[in-house]
Amino acid sequence: MLTVPVGTQILFAGILFFLGLIGLLVRRNMIFMLMSIEIMFNAAGLVFIIAGTHWKQPDGQVMFIFILAVTAVEVSIALAMILQVYHHFKTLDSDAINNLKDQN
Amino acid sequence: MNTIIALIPAIPFLSFLILALFGHKMTRKIAGIIGAGSIGIIGLFTIIVAIGFFNSLPEVKSYTVKVWEWINAGNLRVDISFSLDSLSLVFCFVITFVGFLIHLYSIGFMAKDEGFTRFFAYMNLFIGSMLVLVLADNILLMYLGWEGVGLCSYLLIGFWYKEPQNGYAARKAFIITRIGDTAMIIGIFILFLNFGTVNINELMQQASSKWVAGSSVAVLTAALLLGGALGKSAQLPLQTWLPDAMAGPSPVSALIHAATMVTAGVYLIARTHVLFSLAPVVQSAIAIIGALTLFIAGFSALAQHDLKRILAYSTISQIGYMFLALGVGAWSAAVFHFMIHAFFKALLFLGAGIVILVLDEEHDIFKMGGLRKKMPVVFYTFLIGSASLSALPLVTAGFYSKDQILWYSFSSQSGSILLWLAGIIGALLTALYSFRMIFITFFGKSKTEPSFLPGKLMTYPLIILAVLSVFGGFVELPASIGNIHLFSNLVDNTLPVTVIKTGEGHELLFQALSAIIALTGIYIAYLIYFKKPSYSEPYSHSRINKFFEKGWGFDKLYDTLFVKPVVWFSVIDKNDFFDLWNIGLSRLTLLFNRLLSTTQNGKMRWYLLSFVIGIAIILTYILSK
Amino acid sequence: MDVFFYIAAVVAIISTVKAISGRNAIHSLLYLILSLLAISVIFYLLSAPFIAALEVIIYAGAIMVLFIFVTMMLNIGLERETEKKWLKPRMWIVPSILAAVLLVNLIFAVKNIHPIPPDEEAILPKQVGISLFSTYLLGVEIAAILLMAGVIGAYHLGSQKKKVKHRFLEIK
Repeated sequence: MLTVPVGTQILFAGILFFLGLIGLLVRRNMIFMLMSIEIMFNAAGLVFIIAGTHWKQPDGQVMFIFILAVTAVEVSIALAMILQVYHHFKTLDSDAINNLKDQN
Repeated sequence: MNTIIALIPAIPFLSFLILALFGHKMTRKIAGIIGAGSIGIIGLFTIIVAIGFFNSLPEVKSYTVKVWEWINAGNLRVDISFSLDSLSLVFCFVITFVGFLIHLYSIGFMAKDEGFTRFFAYMNLFIGSMLVLVLADNILLMYLGWEGVGLCSYLLIGFWYKEPQNGYAARKAFIITRIGDTAMIIGIFILFLNFGTVNINELMQQASSKWVAGSSVAVLTAALLLGGALGKSAQLPLQTWLPDAMAGPSPVSALIHAATMVTAGVYLIARTHVLFSLAPVVQSAIAIIGALTLFIAGFSALAQHDLKRILAYSTISQIGYMFLALGVGAWSAAVFHFMIHAFFKALLFLGAGIVILVLDEEHDIFKMGGLRKKMPVVFYTFLIGSASLSALPLVTAGFYSKDQILWYSFSSQSGSILLWLAGIIGALLTALYSFRMIFITFFGKSKTEPSFLPGKLMTYPLIILAVLSVFGGFVELPASIGNIHLFSNLVDNTLPVTVIKTGEGHELLFQALSAIIALTGIYIAYLIYFKKPSYSEPYSHSRINKFFEKGWGFDKLYDTLFVKPVVWFSVIDKNDFFDLWNIGLSRLTLLFNRLLSTTQNGKMRWYLLSFVIGIAIILTYILSK
Repeated sequence: MDVFFYIAAVVAIISTVKAISGRNAIHSLLYLILSLLAISVIFYLLSAPFIAALEVIIYAGAIMVLFIFVTMMLNIGLERETEKKWLKPRMWIVPSILAAVLLVNLIFAVKNIHPIPPDEEAILPKQVGISLFSTYLLGVEIAAILLMAGVIGAYHLGSQKKKVKHRFLEIK
């Protein structure tokens, strides 16, 4: 059994989450942004598993399965949309997709 | 009787409306008939009213007609009501009669001009406003007429608006008279504040009963009204606009700047003479201003070489005489000189207009000459006008009117030898410059050929005015010559009789002196400008002559004192920072809008960053509790 | 057993860092797969072997592969120069600071968790399955509908109607 303190485990998950957040903010390429979102999803799921193990309930793992399903759907739809954006704007730069800006 | 009085100012306004609204559809003939005819009709009405007025003297001294109620707010009640007494009757007669002659002349003068109907519309509006001014029963209605004539003066000076210089001249006239107008309205405010009424008769009664002679409020009010008169009548220090106002057509100069508008100041002072008697300081100031102005303007007129500018400075000078008379209390003399001056000055301006027109807009007298043989009618009428202006003894009306003023300037209660001296030197100058004008323009070799001869419409008014300039004076002959006092008897029904200092009785001596001076002036002009023109050469190129020509430097003075600082200030205020007071709030809001709109740049990462910053702040806040 | 946790954690963190800072898309994705595998090790250590297997199969096996497919389809690997231009070192400063702030918050949040003494038993997949199909049955059904919606959506979004332009009007 693991004797690592729970706080450290959650901290580790938190580090992963924040790495994903940094990646999301820094990268301009949309594929990379999507990838960073995946990292964040994963880290969130990790926290659920940690919690489930901590409280000795299967609910954490159940939750992770649901997250998995949602992530799968989200990735497929997001990639389809990226394909559309690429064919329309001919670039994957997320800063170039600023047609909703304030025209002032 | 009353309805006719009310119709007199109404008909010109009606014809103005007709000409303004339908003028572009009319032929010139009809427009001329309506324009001149309306003035002719009211001239006729004036004669009818005059006959009725004379018949009812001396019991009824004034008629009042209330047309309608204008303002009724709180304790301010102002009506449109006209009152006719001998003073306004004289003024009405001059305005309508001389006005009618000038309108007739204009039909010929403006025949080839494209703004024909517009001209007559403005002229009728002017006559209407001037009549409102002189017939007004209350001082607010008089101010309405006052402003109306100022407006028409602006419109008519800048009549040929396509030339920018004319617009500047019109603007200058308007602004300078505005200064006077502002003083006048403040005076009106003080009067209303103190007496609660704007009716002139009531004001004068209450002022004479409630105000002490020499009290500061009386002096202030009189000085303010004097300011208004100075502006309209182009006296010192507001005289700079009149020479430039010659940019307008000659009939305009004749009507507005010789016969009527510039005498509105004289009318105002005569009408409110009670106030001026209550403030002897101000009345002496009027005399001094009149004397100074006629002196300065006389020298300036001698130095001009534009025909109309000579006449303009001459007008300033002659109105100086009227102010001198008002200042020493010679009320009827001032009004008499006004009437005679209207005749001969209008005549001179109309004649000058013909000269300029036939010489293809040549204004410089040194480029004219020899017109005596070519245009005899114009020459003889112009000669009669100039003789009247110079007060040629015994035969011209000008002699009688000017001589009366000179006599009273010495002998009246507040007269003095200094004032008389100024007047007599002014008379010498007047004779000098008027005959200078005659000799250079009409005699000698012809330098420009006239392109056509004037028609009957333009010459007949000249003839009529010339007759009046000679015979008009015979209604008021001094005691030593004929002792006819028709005019002063009429005017003395309204204005106080002039009081002479005790012990003065040398009227004949003074008359002889004025006659000698006038003849001397004519002779000197004959010598210098006709016989040996070379005598005048070195003087005319001298510096002092240039100084006189520029109007004694007043334009430059005002430019440095007033215009330059304002222009400098407006250059500094280029970005209009005073306006920030008003639009600052909107500018601030726009600034914030621009600042905040940069946060909506459509970039996804920017929005994500703002999420994260928000989360960080909120979490820190919650966890710090 | 703790040391495995720490090793796996370090591997996961390092490979995640490489993943988000890489310039080549394929390399980054491969690093990410590595990170997922490390996390699956941690799952196993946390007595959730079923979840560890699911992580590898679905997450690393399907989702990441989908990523790699699309990346290859879009040919992004050829754009190394643009990535270099977009990824200046000074871009990392502000996100790092914010992440550090949040990390500090997290530390404060988890400081005082009292650890429950561990039991001997682990959570078996059987328990997970029973819980899934009894307590969370509704969630399973909804997840199924979501997946169907995702399939249909992805099909429609992914299809491109070919825009027929006259060859003179083509944008060169």
